Amino acid sequence: MAPMLTIEGLSVFYGRRAILENLSVPALTGGSVTALIGPNGAGKTTLLRALAGLVPAAGSIRLDDVELTRLTIAGHARFVTYMPQALPQRVALTVFEATLSALMSSREGGLSAGGLSSGEAQARALRTLERLGIGDLAMRGLDELSGGQRQLASLAQSIVREPTVLLLDEPTSALDIHHQMRVMQLVEELARERAIIVVIVLHDIAQAARFARRIVVLEQGRIAADGSPGEAITPETLARVYRVEARVEHCARGFLQVIVDRAV
Amino acid sequence: MTGPSPRAATLPAYAHRLRRRVAILLGLGALMLVALLFDIATGPSNLPLNDVITGILNPAGLDGPGRVIIWDVRLPYALMAVLVGAALALAGAEMQTILNNPLASPFTLGVSSAASFGAALALVLGASLPFVPAGWNLPAFAFIFAFGSVLLLQALAGLRGTGVETLVLFGIALVFTFNALVALIQFVASQEALQQLVFWSMGSLSRATWQKLGVLALVAALTTPFALHASWRMTALRLGEDRARSFGISVARLRFFSLLRVSLLAATSVAFVGTIGFIGLVAPHIARMLVGEDHRFFLPASMLAGAAIMSLASVASKTLVPGALLPVGIVTALIGVPFFMALIFTRRERL
Repeated sequence: MAPMLTIEGLSVFYGRRAILENLSVPALTGGSVTALIGPNGAGKTTLLRALAGLVPAAGSIRLDDVELTRLTIAGHARFVTYMPQALPQRVALTVFEATLSALMSSREGGLSAGGLSSGEAQARALRTLERLGIGDLAMRGLDELSGGQRQLASLAQSIVREPTVLLLDEPTSALDIHHQMRVMQLVEELARERAIIVVIVLHDIAQAARFARRIVVLEQGRIAADGSPGEAITPETLARVYRVEARVEHCARGFLQVIVDRAV
Repeated sequence: MTGPSPRAATLPAYAHRLRRRVAILLGLGALMLVALLFDIATGPSNLPLNDVITGILNPAGLDGPGRVIIWDVRLPYALMAVLVGAALALAGAEMQTILNNPLASPFTLGVSSAASFGAALALVLGASLPFVPAGWNLPAFAFIFAFGSVLLLQALAGLRGTGVETLVLFGIALVFTFNALVALIQFVASQEALQQLVFWSMGSLSRATWQKLGVLALVAALTTPFALHASWRMTALRLGEDRARSFGISVARLRFFSLLRVSLLAATSVAFVGTIGFIGLVAPHIARMLVGEDHRFFLPASMLAGAAIMSLASVASKTLVPGALLPVGIVTALIGVPFFMALIFTRRERL
């Protein structure tokens, strides 16, 4: 059965300022991609980090029967992987080593990544790189790669862990169009294939509409819209949340297109 | 697709790279041993290299003065160089990773300055500790302050929301604070005490004894296995703190125990030999150039490089000015810096 992630009454504070306040999201189901969109400072990254257990949060985040907020950081990592927006630094590690470290570091911490031997971990790391189309970068150092290539390496580190919940914070921001499409296709495939929950923060609304089955629009820590692309992305929502005058049209293939006319 | 598939090529290439790194570690180890032998063989009284070797292997076969020179002077001195080099290099390597800063080292973040302040208290103001033998009073003071300075960093790291940049800035602030305090004590010090203090802070191996060696060896033996055990976690940390935490690594815990190891290693070294500024910063950089940042190789390579450099510096300190023994802290910087700059500028041609 596909896993379900339910968020109830989630609040996150930075100091006294509430970034997310009493946020509830009806169950996200495994098998398809959920896109999280919203203007700058809406709390998208904070929500992802709260789901990943990286910021202290009040409220409830339930994965099936497991209350994630009660787990330790290591417990969290068994179910959830978070890919930060920041690109990995230019360090003297190869793409392959970086991917391998995503598996080996938690093995060493006492919790096995599925009882993986080092040979299995290597094979799995390599399969992941090939699937992302960067098998040829495996032995190149992160300090000699372009920003886009490092972003792909970063994505490889996240998906190699084969989590139940995959959280991606703007995974395509540094990529050319070909790689943007490739990454989004792969993420959608993974969601279907492994029946996992994928939550992805995107700035490109059309891309979100193209690949996500569900779109959650966040505004100032609250949910402004939630539903299928057609339900969540409307000229009214865009006007209210993004303060733009926009048209939402269907292209010849039936995908949503957003044409922004001007800021209001 | 042309050529072999990536899968067919990558795993053997990775295996090959691992073998090459093992070879580099062995090479560094051999370099260190050769440097150590030369260090033992160098000194004002001329002992040929094979006399030294037979003297070490078979002490009974040596005449009285020769035995004293080798076993009571040269060996503790040379072994101290190796141990201090390895300890400071490991401390520096861990700090650079944990604080995500290539400029981090026990010297740049206040450990040495704090030790100098402790030494100044003992030397100039005559402060003494109960139950500590007279000969250990000075190192004990230096140790307490060096250890305390890292504990201060530690306490700051424990506060919620402290980023690594804050820690580094705080460490730099410690350097200036302790330097100012040392200057203040120097200002009121008697001429004799001042001389002793200045000499102490230059860093010298001549204070080595078998007991001190034993203490430092024990500290290194206790901390190194834990550092190596954390090596994959540290490798993952290089790719970002959030990312590492998302792999299930408790970064706060990793940082706490790492800084604890650093404080023990650095404080013990500095307490025994004084300020040696260069090793902890540079040995990790050399190791990184040689073996990359897979910490399973990076940490041991740092230690071996640190030990080898320190040993070579010790040889140089005895031979640069004939008949004089320069403080080794001066030599490490004078010889090491040009060497290091050369490495950095040739780095672009590396594989």
